[in-house]
Amino acid sequence: MKDDITRDERVENLKGMGCSRKRVEDARFTQGKGNYVDDIKLDGMLFGDFVRSPYAHARITNIDAAAALEVPGVIAVLTAADLEPLGLHWMPTLAGDKQMVLADGKVLFQGQEVAFVVAEDRYAAADGIEAVEVEYEELPVVVDPFAALQSDVVLREDLVAEDGSLPDGAHGPRKHHNHIFTWEAGDKEPTEQVIDTAEVVAEETMYYHRTHPCPLETCGSVASMDKVNGKLTLWGTFQAPHAIRTIVSLISGIEEHNIRVISPDIGGGFGNKVGAYPGYVCSVVASIVTGKPVKWIEDRMDNLMTTAFARDYHMTGKISATRDGKITGLHCHVTADHGGFDACADPTKFPAGFMNICTGSYDIPTAYLAVDGVYTNKAPGGVSYRCSFRVTEAVYFIERMIEVLAIKLNMDAAELRRINFIKKEQFPYTAALGWEYDSGDYHTAWDKALDTVDYKGLRAEQAQRVEDFKAGKTRKLMGIGLSFFTEIVGAGPVKNCDILGLGMFDSCEIRIHPTGSAIARLGTISQGQGHATTFAQILASEIGLPADSITIEEGDTDTAPYGLGTYGSRSTPVAGAATAMAGRKIRAKAQMIAAYLLEVHDNDVEFDVDRFVVKGAPERFKTMKEIAFASYNQAIPGVEPGLEAVSYYDPPNMTYPFGAYICVMDIDVDTGVPEIRRFYALDDCGTRINPMIIEGQVHGGLTEALAVALGQEIAYDDMGNCKTGTLMDFFLPTAWEVPNYETDYTVTPSPHHPIGAKGVGESPHVGGVPCFSNAVQDAFRAFGNTHTNMPHDHWRIWKTASDLGLHG
Amino acid sequence: MIPAAFEYYRPKDMAGVLSLLEEHGDDARVMAGGHSLIPMMKLRMADVPHLIDLQDVDGLSGVEIDNEAIRIGAMVTQADIIDHPELAKVAPILREAALQIADPQVRYMGTVGGNVANGDPGNDMPGLMQCLDASFRVIGLDGEREIPARDFYEAAYMTAREDEEVLTAVSIPLPAGGYAYEKQKRKIGDYATAAAAVQIVKDGGTCASASIAMTNLSDTPIYSEAAGAALVGTTVDEAALAAAVAAMLGDIDPTEDNRGPVAFKNHVAGIILRRAIERAWSRA
Ligand SMILES: Cc1cc2nc3c(=O)[nH]c(=O)nc-3n(C[C@H](O)[C@H](O)[C@H](O)COP(=O)(O)OP(=O)(O)OC[C@H]3O[C@@H](n4cnc5c(N)ncnc54)[C@H](O)[C@@H]3O)c2cc1C
Repeated sequence: MKDDITRDERVENLKGMGCSRKRVEDARFTQGKGNYVDDIKLDGMLFGDFVRSPYAHARITNIDAAAALEVPGVIAVLTAADLEPLGLHWMPTLAGDKQMVLADGKVLFQGQEVAFVVAEDRYAAADGIEAVEVEYEELPVVVDPFAALQSDVVLREDLVAEDGSLPDGAHGPRKHHNHIFTWEAGDKEPTEQVIDTAEVVAEETMYYHRTHPCPLETCGSVASMDKVNGKLTLWGTFQAPHAIRTIVSLISGIEEHNIRVISPDIGGGFGNKVGAYPGYVCSVVASIVTGKPVKWIEDRMDNLMTTAFARDYHMTGKISATRDGKITGLHCHVTADHGGFDACADPTKFPAGFMNICTGSYDIPTAYLAVDGVYTNKAPGGVSYRCSFRVTEAVYFIERMIEVLAIKLNMDAAELRRINFIKKEQFPYTAALGWEYDSGDYHTAWDKALDTVDYKGLRAEQAQRVEDFKAGKTRKLMGIGLSFFTEIVGAGPVKNCDILGLGMFDSCEIRIHPTGSAIARLGTISQGQGHATTFAQILASEIGLPADSITIEEGDTDTAPYGLGTYGSRSTPVAGAATAMAGRKIRAKAQMIAAYLLEVHDNDVEFDVDRFVVKGAPERFKTMKEIAFASYNQAIPGVEPGLEAVSYYDPPNMTYPFGAYICVMDIDVDTGVPEIRRFYALDDCGTRINPMIIEGQVHGGLTEALAVALGQEIAYDDMGNCKTGTLMDFFLPTAWEVPNYETDYTVTPSPHHPIGAKGVGESPHVGGVPCFSNAVQDAFRAFGNTHTNMPHDHWRIWKTASDLGLHG
Repeated sequence: MIPAAFEYYRPKDMAGVLSLLEEHGDDARVMAGGHSLIPMMKLRMADVPHLIDLQDVDGLSGVEIDNEAIRIGAMVTQADIIDHPELAKVAPILREAALQIADPQVRYMGTVGGNVANGDPGNDMPGLMQCLDASFRVIGLDGEREIPARDFYEAAYMTAREDEEVLTAVSIPLPAGGYAYEKQKRKIGDYATAAAAVQIVKDGGTCASASIAMTNLSDTPIYSEAAGAALVGTTVDEAALAAAVAAMLGDIDPTEDNRGPVAFKNHVAGIILRRAIERAWSRA
């Protein structure tokens, strides 16, 4: 048999790995045909919403719902007292703490859920909320974590024993009633000794401010309890639908097979939709109570003020080096503000996430990290925002410490990085704080980046600018921001990564249909990353059927195999690997079928793009399409009919994407307005599945990084009032504020991943924040600046200039 | 973010509007583009049981220009201002300012009348109108009257307009000389950290007249007569600029907010005014 098309054309037809296949999701998204939680409308559906606390810390002495129940359309008002008999007035958090579902006698942060008003529609619910009368008795407010550790004010009475002693928390002993945990990594004494005796030591204290992922779609759920068959269906904005099913089962007592959790289209998550929220629980309870479906949808203020925030890390660092710049030790202490409840979503053994990746891309022989988690009167959360588990904080810390050390050494910061990079031949490399980096080639990436932007030329221009500024010829300074990051993603190996005891593997199940198309279901869930596009590409390359003939389905726990969901850039490293492995099982069976059809021995056929061919006789082949059909209509001895496979993938290690970013910025010293002239981003995410999607992910992540570095924050006043609860004050950049990004890449595959891919969704955020921040700080280096805290909004940049005496 | 329930009216003429205002008193408010009022209602900071939409009222959306003045109907949108070639010719500062208000979506809805009537110190048009010495025509059951923009603003959200009066038009004497509207903001769609409206007439090499107003630096717009006076008769040199800035700083009274503390705002106000004067002077 002969083909009428070439092998290259056959490869192209598959639209497999490496091609910029157009996103299959976009047809519906760009036409307004997405199906989000708020698009779900069921017969008789009710709407629930919260009475929220105006105070950051107060005792609740009375809740009177009588007037609310008189409001037309209001059906019920739930309070903690109603949930208590069901044991649902508190719920477990993913971090081993527990959290009030509805205020149980007191509130711990502004906006906390106090009562749930259920009504015929959201308008009636809003009126009902106004009519609920809550009596508060204000308590002293603690918003500063350092003050919290000194304060007599007990935020969590529930965590103090009757005799006043402090029982251990989920992560060990607690030092103070407002203390949550201490977590350590590395060697304390040796590190202190290295630093004490070092030739050069640089120290810095920095605050990585609190911010918020602010997905376009806020959080929400629709619960529908079918009392006849005892089944609960729960639609919601869940980044981990299976984990939610298990949690719902554990806390409600409903058996897991009677719970169906569905994540429909999700309008961005960035970590904000990993945790479990009181709204989810209340919609379920309200549906059980009323026998009707109940919807809960946050508005923008609810989302910004109460659902999972990011960062709020106070970091103190010491870095030591020889006089010629070889780093010898790193010491880091973090005071972590977790708010009123510890509702992080880190793996159980990592209460500070992977903060211990803070040695970064550098060969640092000795290091020590300690993190103290603290309760304050702020909203709970502490998820990472487009970043795997505090890696953003870690990378910001080390990339600032490098700059501070460069200043101390009076050295060029690019050169300091170069002489300390882990060398290509050192991989796999075990870092001082324990992680084993899988692969990397940092020097090649760095040199490519510096050459592309003409780094030397930029420094010369900058020096001239400083001269001109001093001579009164210009009022603009120029900053060159550098950042070289190493990410740690793909959580993670079940031996050390679990959430609530659930191992962090992931899964894929494939069914090939008789006519040669397929459906694959995964344990992950896209929130805009384009899984339906890329996972089909992985499969196309693995099983030789066109990506266009493969449907990818996620998010329905009744049909998808169990998985831990999508966050922490884990989908490609974990579920992508499961997809490839399941594909290989299909291929193995297809090989037997092909051999049978071609009447040769199994080992005499080999896979080639979209077919199996007889070795040495390429004209004798069976296409995957033919094999698929044969699997359904031939009785093959020793081979079961059908062509299906499932794989649960437990990754042997994390993956370690890396990248080199450079930002050039001009800063108006008088107004504090920064202007980004150029942004270059080189990413190495290992094997590249879809370059176009990678580029899109990089653009999105960089834009978030820009926001965080230059103005986005969740700020509180001394009374614990959130000052940034609307998009007028919370900075969400638009096309207007965003520069043109130049993207670039190198490819260093992961040696342990089936297709060598590492994950990319978070890299640009992780690497981008220090890059923007370093650019601002670098502009003032010539005038004596070592460090100023983000966000670098106009007034803070202005203040830096002012403090340095640049306003004359 | 759901407003309390309200009755919605859409009268066809001004008589209908005025009778509704009379009937419901404090409980009624007119709505123009709704882009200040609706957000306030959603936040339940404004309680408006009776909402009177002005969209169908005739005669409020024209722009007339003659030899002496410009008359802009209250319902003319900010986008209309930007897209009006005649207006851009005779009073280019209007377009320059309008382009710095909010974002295109808001500008398609937001009106000139709503912007000046609102009384929010963050609005850009009140300062602009004070700079241009505009006056606002209002109509009530007792007839019409004209209120100078410079006398209109009393405090945040408090103006010389009576509750039962409707603003129908803004009249602006044809501006002369160079102009500039300079605004610093944190992002697109933001109100000013500081903004300055400047109109300067040059005669020979010296400044014959100058008019200066500042936005979002007090609880009302600030027409700084002293700042303008500091420029008159000078060549708008460094000393004159410094004097104008000093005079302006004496008139404003900024407060701290998320945009920054008072010291920062004062400093930026000075820089913005300087730049506005320099640009206006270069165009004079
Ligand atoms: C995101 C966003 C950003 C914005 N940024 C800016 C900005 O940078 N600069 C700026 O200046 N504005 C800004 N605005 C406000 C915008 O320009 C509004 O449109 C404007 O302030 C009000 O005009 P309106 O036609 O929408 O009035 P409405 O909202 O309808 O009314 C505002 C108030 O004026 C009263 N009113 C309206 N018309 C009349 C009338 N004819 N007679 C008597 N009273 C009347 C109403 O009763 C109400 O109290 C922003 C708005 C938004 C939503």
